[in-house]
Amino acid sequence: MNIVVVVRQVPDLIEPLEIAESGTSLDFDEVSFLVNETDDHALEQALLLKEAGGGTVTVVALDCGEVDDTLYTAAAKGADKIVKIPVEDELRPPAPPAAAALFAEAVKGLQADLVLVGSSAHDELEGMLAPLLALKLQLPYVGVIRGVRAGDGSVTAFKEFPGAVMAKMNVKLPAVLGILAADQPPRYVPVSRIKAATKSTEFEEVEVAAAAAPGVTVQRMYHPAAGERAEMLEGSEEEVAAKIAEILVEKGILK
Amino acid sequence: MSAQDILVVAETNQDAPADITFELLGGARELAGATGGQVVAVLLGSDGVKHAAALSAADRILVIDDPQLAAFSPDAYVAVLEHVISAEGPRAVLVGCTTIGYDVAPTLAAKLNAPVVNGCKAVAVEGDALKVTCGLCGGKILADVAVAGSPAILMTLPGSFRPSEAAGQAQVETKASPVPLQPGAVTFEQMIMPEAGDVDIMQQDVLVAIGRGIQQEGNIEMAQELAETLGGELAASRPIVDQGWLPTTRQVGKSGMIVKPKLYLALGISGAPEHQEGMSGSDVIIAVNTDPSAPIFDVAHYGVEMDLLDLVEPLVEAINAKKG
Ligand SMILES: Cc1cc2nc3c(=O)[nH]c(=O)nc-3n(C[C@H](O)[C@H](O)[C@H](O)COP(=O)(O)OP(=O)(O)OC[C@H]3O[C@@H](n4cnc5c(N)ncnc54)[C@H](O)[C@@H]3O)c2cc1C
Ligand SMILES: Nc1ncnc2c1ncn2[C@@H]1O[C@H](COP(=O)(O)O)[C@@H](O)[C@H]1O
Repeated sequence: MNIVVVVRQVPDLIEPLEIAESGTSLDFDEVSFLVNETDDHALEQALLLKEAGGGTVTVVALDCGEVDDTLYTAAAKGADKIVKIPVEDELRPPAPPAAAALFAEAVKGLQADLVLVGSSAHDELEGMLAPLLALKLQLPYVGVIRGVRAGDGSVTAFKEFPGAVMAKMNVKLPAVLGILAADQPPRYVPVSRIKAATKSTEFEEVEVAAAAAPGVTVQRMYHPAAGERAEMLEGSEEEVAAKIAEILVEKGILK
Repeated sequence: MSAQDILVVAETNQDAPADITFELLGGARELAGATGGQVVAVLLGSDGVKHAAALSAADRILVIDDPQLAAFSPDAYVAVLEHVISAEGPRAVLVGCTTIGYDVAPTLAAKLNAPVVNGCKAVAVEGDALKVTCGLCGGKILADVAVAGSPAILMTLPGSFRPSEAAGQAQVETKASPVPLQPGAVTFEQMIMPEAGDVDIMQQDVLVAIGRGIQQEGNIEMAQELAETLGGELAASRPIVDQGWLPTTRQVGKSGMIVKPKLYLALGISGAPEHQEGMSGSDVIIAVNTDPSAPIFDVAHYGVEMDLLDLVEPLVEAINAKKG
């Protein structure tokens, strides 16, 4: 099975998120990026499927948001081929409709049996990449998937519903799946293997035309008023612990 | 039908209308007040008519009943909704940020050539456009966006609107699918329920919930000790379950359980909207997090900016001291 994995970079939420001077976007000069978590799970799911049933794994990414380290890591984990799509602005990831158009052009030529992409990303405002990519590729789609098993000309995908309930879905190939979690957590790869991959991996580049902008205008971007409700408990560990115990007694939780 | 109407994509969950549906009806009612239109609920299913009465906060309820809609199918849902929305021509369509909404809303918007926004928390009419406030980056950023053109497809975060269950004089129209439906490339086979046997975290008075901040599987033991000291149980955010450290029955949030304990003690949980969805109704929420800007502090009653690994032991001691 030829599996294509679509990977994107997103702002790291642990680092401070500054707003740009324009007031309408993040300050991408200051943002630090990492791989979108669900895309990382999509890659893991692809590698698991390849290990179970053979085939190839091709990783496709836009050349923005400091993507190279992510791609070398993917190579070190076992991706067979890596395709990078140049974009106009290397700092600022394009919105989902534009990203879908760019990825679709690149994926079309790859004869994929299965396209795996993270089900969602925390910076998706104008729609979502995964279903839009499927639409552009004119392939069937189902997302919010936790776990995939290969079958004959089809795959079984487990779609999450509330209450830890799963729907077992049969998906005829070729298809696009939006992965939320792989059957196993993304594998760890030692830094030495990533370093080796940095030397041995070549990126293939595909030029594709940029796409039209969506019909949504950001007027203002800002931080929510943080800690509006929480009363912050200060002091040493012991002092805070005593305060919490006091609150629990007061609320009748600790008797 | 009017170009000022607000359409709600209703959902059921385990054979009852889903909570998000009542929230969308509440939001739609507010918005329809501003546009001067009606609220129209659309429910897809094979026997949806039995849920119609519960949706009477709407002015009109369209029930599309078809055997092919008995279980969720992305293709069938998109095909039917595309047809219904085109025929109704509403000003806006409210869809939940749910496992179903995620699969259908972006595709619907693209097919209808309509604008779509994800993470909607509030919406108002501003001239010809809608002004939508969206949450993104795990709840750390808000964006006010102008959405011009209709129908505006608004993918709405759970918890954004006050639910409306008000029983009005809704008119119910039940129809077969307006488009022919055949099994497509994606077909539903069966529902798999969570494994029985574990404790039911929805029945607990005290939950000690751990998130990625716990860092290592070996650290779970100290959280477990804290839970036992409090007479409660362990719960978790999604990454802990994805790691296989705790079973899915312990997951709190969108894909997990909705809990409302007397005490929810969140250790090393950022408080992403998908997590808040499952715990914001708890009586007392205490959050411990090293990041003062973590969104969990927006929903917590008490917050501690501290390394959880330093706090848990003294906390066990302090509680034992109180218990005397
Ligand atoms: C469709 C969908 C469904 C989802 N369903 C769910 C769901 O049901 N439940 C759920 O929880 N999530 C769900 N998510 C995932 C959700 O978006 C978040 O990714 C997840 O909740 C993050 O978990 P976390 O807070 O443990 O991890 P992170 O977001 O990584 O946060 C870890 C936190 O720990 C803090 N921390 C780190 N070290 C320490 C320390 N030593 N002491 C104290 N604090 C520390 C950090 O500051 C950070 O705030 C879903 C996502 C999607 C897209
Ligand atoms: N990723 C998964 N998530 C939930 N259930 C699954 C998953 N994979 C398999 N199952 C179910 O677990 C049982 C055993 O699966 P298997 O070992 O794949 O035959 C069957 O009922 C499957 O449908």
